[in-house]
Amino acid sequence: MSGELLLEVRNLAVEFPTQDGIVHAVSGLTFSLRRGETLGIVGESGSGKSVTNLAILGLLNSERSKITGEILLHGQDLLKASPSQLRDVRGKDVAMIFQDPFACLHPMYRVGDQIAEAVRAHIDVSKSRASERAVEVLDAVGIPNARQRAKDYPHQFSGGMRQRAMIAMALVHNPDVLIADEPTTALDVTVQAQILELIDKVKRDFDIGVILVTHDLGVVAETAQTVMVMYAGRAVEHGPAREVFDAPQHPYTWGLVQSMPSIEAKVAQLRAIEGSPPSVIHLPSGCAFHPRCPHRFDTCLKVRPPLEHLEGGHADACHLDATSKRRLWEEREAARLGIGA
Amino acid sequence: MVVYILRRLLWAVVVLLAVTLITFFIFYKLPPGDPALRFVGKQPTTESIALVRHNLGLDQPFYVQYGKFLKAIVLGDKYGWPGLGYSYDSSVPIRDKIIEKAPRTLSLIVGASILWLGLGVLVGVISAIKRRTAVDRIAMGFALFGISAPVFWLGLMALFIFWYKLSLTAGTGYTPITESPTQWASHLILPWIVLALLYAAIYARMVRGNLLDAMGEDYIRTARAKGLSERTVIFHHGLRASLAPIVTMFGLDIALLVGGAVITETVFNLDGLGFMAVDSVFRQDLPATLGVVLVATFAVVFMNLVVDILYAFLDPRVRYG
Repeated sequence: MSGELLLEVRNLAVEFPTQDGIVHAVSGLTFSLRRGETLGIVGESGSGKSVTNLAILGLLNSERSKITGEILLHGQDLLKASPSQLRDVRGKDVAMIFQDPFACLHPMYRVGDQIAEAVRAHIDVSKSRASERAVEVLDAVGIPNARQRAKDYPHQFSGGMRQRAMIAMALVHNPDVLIADEPTTALDVTVQAQILELIDKVKRDFDIGVILVTHDLGVVAETAQTVMVMYAGRAVEHGPAREVFDAPQHPYTWGLVQSMPSIEAKVAQLRAIEGSPPSVIHLPSGCAFHPRCPHRFDTCLKVRPPLEHLEGGHADACHLDATSKRRLWEEREAARLGIGA
Repeated sequence: MVVYILRRLLWAVVVLLAVTLITFFIFYKLPPGDPALRFVGKQPTTESIALVRHNLGLDQPFYVQYGKFLKAIVLGDKYGWPGLGYSYDSSVPIRDKIIEKAPRTLSLIVGASILWLGLGVLVGVISAIKRRTAVDRIAMGFALFGISAPVFWLGLMALFIFWYKLSLTAGTGYTPITESPTQWASHLILPWIVLALLYAAIYARMVRGNLLDAMGEDYIRTARAKGLSERTVIFHHGLRASLAPIVTMFGLDIALLVGGAVITETVFNLDGLGFMAVDSVFRQDLPATLGVVLVATFAVVFMNLVVDILYAFLDPRVRYG
C-alpha cells in the first residue's frame, strides 16, 4: 500500500470490568490504514471488531472500560485526546456507519435535517447552506431526486436508501477514515452489493481509507486490499487480501474460507467450524482457538502463539510450522472439493 | 386529517351519550332513596311527595326522563344553553353552578400541571443523566415519596406548616383571579404544590425511564458519531424521542382532573367540580351529578382527541387516514 498513512493502531487493548470478571474484548491489536486502502476486519460475534471501532471513535464509556495502547490518527494519539478533541475528530476526520440503518437514523427528524446537523456540528454555516450540503451528499451517494427526498423522514426510505443516507452523512466533511461496521448485514442481498459498490466508489471519489467490519468473508473478498481476521479479541491472521484468501495460514481462517459458499462448492461441501466462540471472560489457555482447532497439539494448550510475520506483509498466530500448514490446507481443500476421493 | 377529526368528533358524541345514559340508569335504578323525599320538606305528605315527583318528572318512565334530559342539552332550557336542569337540592340551575365552579377547578389544574410538567421533566432528565449517582438516588427517593404520600395528608401538613404556623400563604378557600390575583395565587399555591408533587413524581420516573431507553438507541450512537455535543445528543435527540408518551399522559391527566381532583379540592376547600361531583352523589342530586359527569367526560374525550392530533405532529410515523 502506497497511500499516506492515516491511522495506526498499536497494541490496543480494551477491557470491561464486570461483576463476573474482566472481559478482554480486545488484546494486543496492531494495524494501520492508508489513504485509498480498504481494511477488512473479519470475525465472529464477540471477536472484538465493533469494540475496536468504537474505541477509535472514542465512543466507549470511559468509566466502564479500560483502554490501553495507542490509536494514532495523523500521528496524534486519540487515547490521550480530551473529550472535546475527540468530538472534533468524530464525524469530521473519522466517520462511521453502522449495521442497522433502520435504527440508526432518528425517526422523528427529516433525513436532510439530520445530515445538515452533521454539517453544522463541525463548521459554522447557515442552516440553508448546511441543507444544500446535505442535498449534495445525498446526490453523491445516488439518492434519486435528492432535493425532494431530503425532506422525507427515515421511515419513508427503504433499507438500502437509509444506508446510503448514513454514508452521505458520513461524507459531509470529507473525512479521512470511514468505518463501516457490518454495513450490509441488515440488508437484502441485492442491496448489499450496491452498498459495497457505493462504499468502494466513495473511497475512490473522496480518496479516503475504509475500515470494513464484517463477519462475511465474501464481502471482504470483493472490496478489501488488506484483511485482518480476529478471534477472541486478537488478530490471528493479517495480510494482503489476495494472500489471505489464496494461502490462508491460520486454521481459523481455513474454517472461515471453507464455510464460505461459492459457485464451485455445493452446500454439502461447506465446512462449519465446530464449537462456538469462547467466553471472553474465561479465555481458553494458550491459543484461544485450540478447543475448536482440529490440528491442535500440546503446545497450543499451554502457550499463546504470537502474531508472526511471514514474507509479503502476511502474518499469523499459529504454532504449526509452515510446511505442516501448507500440507494441512491442501489436504482440507482436497477433501472439501472431493479431489482424490 | 379533517375526515379523521370529524369521525373522532362523531365518536365523542356517542361516548357522551353512552356515559350519560349509564349515569342516568345507575341513578334511577340502583339507589333505594327517593330524590323527591329530599325536596319535599320536613313533614311530607303522600300528596306533596306525589306533587314533587310529578314536578321533577320522576313519575314518568325512564326513557321519557332521559329524552327530556337530552332535549334540554341540545336545545337548552329556561336557564340557557346547554340546559342541564336545576339542582334537586338547592334549586339552583346546574349550568350556573358549573360555570361558578369550573374556574376553581381550572385554576387548580392549570397551575399544578405547569408545575408538575416542569418539575417532572427537570428531575427526570437530571436523574437519567446522573444515572446511578447520589443525585439520581435522591431524585428517585423524592419521586417515591411523592407517589407514596397521600394527598390528604400532604395537604393537611402543608396547611398546618405554611398557613397555620408560618402564615406564608392564605388558608383554604378560593378567591377569583378577577377579584385579587395575589389572593387567588396565595390560596392556590399550596394545592398546586401538593397536587403537582404527586404527578411530578410519576412524570420524573417516566421521563427518566423513557430517556434512558432512548439513550440506548442506535440513533443516539449515530448522533454521537456525528460529533454532536452531549447536550445536543441528550436534549435534541434523546428527549425528543421520549416526548410523545409524556404528552399523551399529560393530556389525559389534565382531563381526568376536571372532575377528579376530589381530595385536593376537599382538603383545601376549593369547592370545584370534583367536590361538586362527590357532594351531589351523596345528596342524590341527579342533575348536578349528571352535569359534572357530562363536563368531565367531555374533557376526557376532548383531550384524547387533542393528544391524538398532537401525536401526529410529534411523531412523523403516525399518520391518520
